[in-house]
Amino acid sequence: MSVMEQDSAGAPARASLMNDPKVRGYFYQMLLVVLLLTFGYIIVTNTVANLERQNIASGWGFIENTAGFGIIQSLVPYAETSSYGRAIFVGFLNTVLVAVVGIFFATIIGFLVGIARLSNNWVISRIAYCYVELVRNVPLLLQIFFWYFAVLRAVPGKREKWSLFDTFHLNIAGLRGPKPIWEPGAEFIGYALIIAIVASIFVSRWARKRQEETGQQFPVFWTGLGLIVGLPVITYFVTGMPMTLEHPNFIETGPALRRGFELGVGINLIPEFLALTAALAIYTAAFIAEIVRAGIQAVSHGQTEASHALGLRQGPTLRLVIIPQAMRVIIPPLTSQYLNLTKNSSLAVAIAFPDLVSVGGTVLNQTGQAIEIIGIWMAVYLSLSLITSAFMNWYNQRMALVER
Amino acid sequence: MANSNIFQIRTEEAPTLPAPVSTTGAIGWMRKNLFSSISNTILTFIGILLAYWIIAPFIQFAFVDAVWTGENREACLPQDGGHGGACWAYVEAYFPQFIYGRYPSAETWRVDIVYALFALLLVPLAIPSAPFKRTNAILFLVVFPIVAYFLLTGLVIGDTVVLPIVETAVWGGLLVTLVIAVTGIVASLPLGIALALGRRSQMPIIKLVSIIFIEFWRGVPLITVLFMSSVMLPLFLPEGVTFDKLLRVLIGVTLFSAAYMAEVVRGGLQAIPKGQYEGAMALGLRFWPMMYLIVLPQALKLVIPGIVNTFIGLFKDTTLVLIVGMFDLLGQIQSSFTDPTWSTPSQGHTGYLFAAIVFFVFCFGMSRYSIFMENKLHTGHKR
Repeated sequence: MSVMEQDSAGAPARASLMNDPKVRGYFYQMLLVVLLLTFGYIIVTNTVANLERQNIASGWGFIENTAGFGIIQSLVPYAETSSYGRAIFVGFLNTVLVAVVGIFFATIIGFLVGIARLSNNWVISRIAYCYVELVRNVPLLLQIFFWYFAVLRAVPGKREKWSLFDTFHLNIAGLRGPKPIWEPGAEFIGYALIIAIVASIFVSRWARKRQEETGQQFPVFWTGLGLIVGLPVITYFVTGMPMTLEHPNFIETGPALRRGFELGVGINLIPEFLALTAALAIYTAAFIAEIVRAGIQAVSHGQTEASHALGLRQGPTLRLVIIPQAMRVIIPPLTSQYLNLTKNSSLAVAIAFPDLVSVGGTVLNQTGQAIEIIGIWMAVYLSLSLITSAFMNWYNQRMALVER
Repeated sequence: MANSNIFQIRTEEAPTLPAPVSTTGAIGWMRKNLFSSISNTILTFIGILLAYWIIAPFIQFAFVDAVWTGENREACLPQDGGHGGACWAYVEAYFPQFIYGRYPSAETWRVDIVYALFALLLVPLAIPSAPFKRTNAILFLVVFPIVAYFLLTGLVIGDTVVLPIVETAVWGGLLVTLVIAVTGIVASLPLGIALALGRRSQMPIIKLVSIIFIEFWRGVPLITVLFMSSVMLPLFLPEGVTFDKLLRVLIGVTLFSAAYMAEVVRGGLQAIPKGQYEGAMALGLRFWPMMYLIVLPQALKLVIPGIVNTFIGLFKDTTLVLIVGMFDLLGQIQSSFTDPTWSTPSQGHTGYLFAAIVFFVFCFGMSRYSIFMENKLHTGHKR
């Protein structure tokens, strides 16, 4: 202290060290670090003591052990003899599946409803408004229960079915549809699709260049659609139709217990999956609709008028003027809705759809490895949200208005 | 002027003709909004058809076929197969459970008082023109939680039992929903403000810690937070110390919503012009007086709609506690389905419809309020 007093004697106007914002800043930060370290130390020692008392060996050894429970839906081969690690991986893939399918349908419904909300037609815009308000203000879990327990339990039992075009069949065991069976030679269809996509990218580049140079337009959309649909179809017939559809086999005669759909024939979507994706898509679509509406309204009407004054018709006005500007407003909140949908898919545990949280919960109950399992959950969801926010930052930078 | 007599000068104003019938009134409105073109007309009819398909069966179920009174399932059984209408008699029989859970029926007056106090303090706080805002806010945010705590859990001074103890395990229904949502919001507000200030702080370590905290909680789903608070929290505590289950859930929910609250408050802080900070500093105010006298009153007023929206989200999310084995409104309804006395085909539909109506009334009301406040608050900032 004496050294400091000597220093301050040399500069009479200097305030006390206590009032120096910089010193106070250092002090507060040190205090925070010390507090956090103490808190962490207490938690770690308590946890270690508690785990020892409960005879739980912490560590990742359990990942290799045999799971011993079945999973009703898995995208990769899985059996009860597989390891815990495999089970968790199956759960992760199911989470991704629900998220991707849910996002796909939520986007379509959301954009349709958002545009309908702005319709000049009073009936249509009212229906869209009621949809948004009803769905947004009812908890998601209640909607999942509604779809699972109230709707999908009211469909015909195992020995009966409802059919659509005699191709898709719904009963209490889920939705059955035809399954494509690929035969040798089918890989050419895949190659054709890739070639078509690459070709349409080149066509669109060439068309843009030509339009910039000569002003002549080229029907890029129709050419691309023709390429992407046409080329694989042509390949399919040229290679001798190497794909057949395996229709689900419904047994209507014979002993009553044997009636119903034959197992393993055709594709079966289990009711848990249907209820979860339906609820997630419908719930998130209501939020997306509001985002789309706000995005379109954010583009001022002057833009439309100016574009009409330049001689653009309604279609090109939308495509070239309104949508690009609206997208700039729409995409950031849209990505965060996608992230919300992915996080909300963890509600699968309430209807026992085997997603990451649900499978993890089973493993947690069997092994008691609470810290490791919760660590896996948090790591997966955190990295998903960090990747999303990284994308959003990148997109915002790319899309930011370049001003003079 | 010889020709002057061929001019005619109108001396009074011509009578104003009414606008054509086709552009005014109901017909004009319909022409403009429903039948302005062929495609629009088709859309109108599709829309009406769609609405009819949804609304007609709903009215049939909820009102026409509904059973309003009855003693047990016999009253609600459909006469001619099918599902029958809504069984409101079942909701009526279970109503006390949906509101209080398994709270002892002799003590439910305590819950009623808490509900009444809550409404009595919240309504004047929510009306912008009501007087005594500061007193009201202190009563609501400080006094009410203490009173409500003792009313709900019980009060024993020494050996005299003033209010019998009621374990939180028997709480349920709307009571748990409201306790979690209101405690979550009220407790997360100070934490959220602190985190928001921390995130805008000049001090790098404080800023970093705030960012990590906020992004962590915002990045994980609430359900994993609830699992964490019910499974992992007991591991963190020293031997012999146990937490009430409701308290563990409350801690998880509070930390979770504090992160969202922090982002809302940060938005408000960013909207305050720099001149306000500089003006406060020029007056010689230090950091905390500057914050609570100048910046926060303005910032918090701006983010009232955001806080209400966070509250709506939290209110809906309280349903998730049923996954960790607590009985909120939805959990109570779900568990009532196991009762054979009322087991009918329409029981599930009726229960979910009732839950949906309750949640909708609460959330829709709050969202209207949030829009109302937004319009009211925007006036000063609009150019």
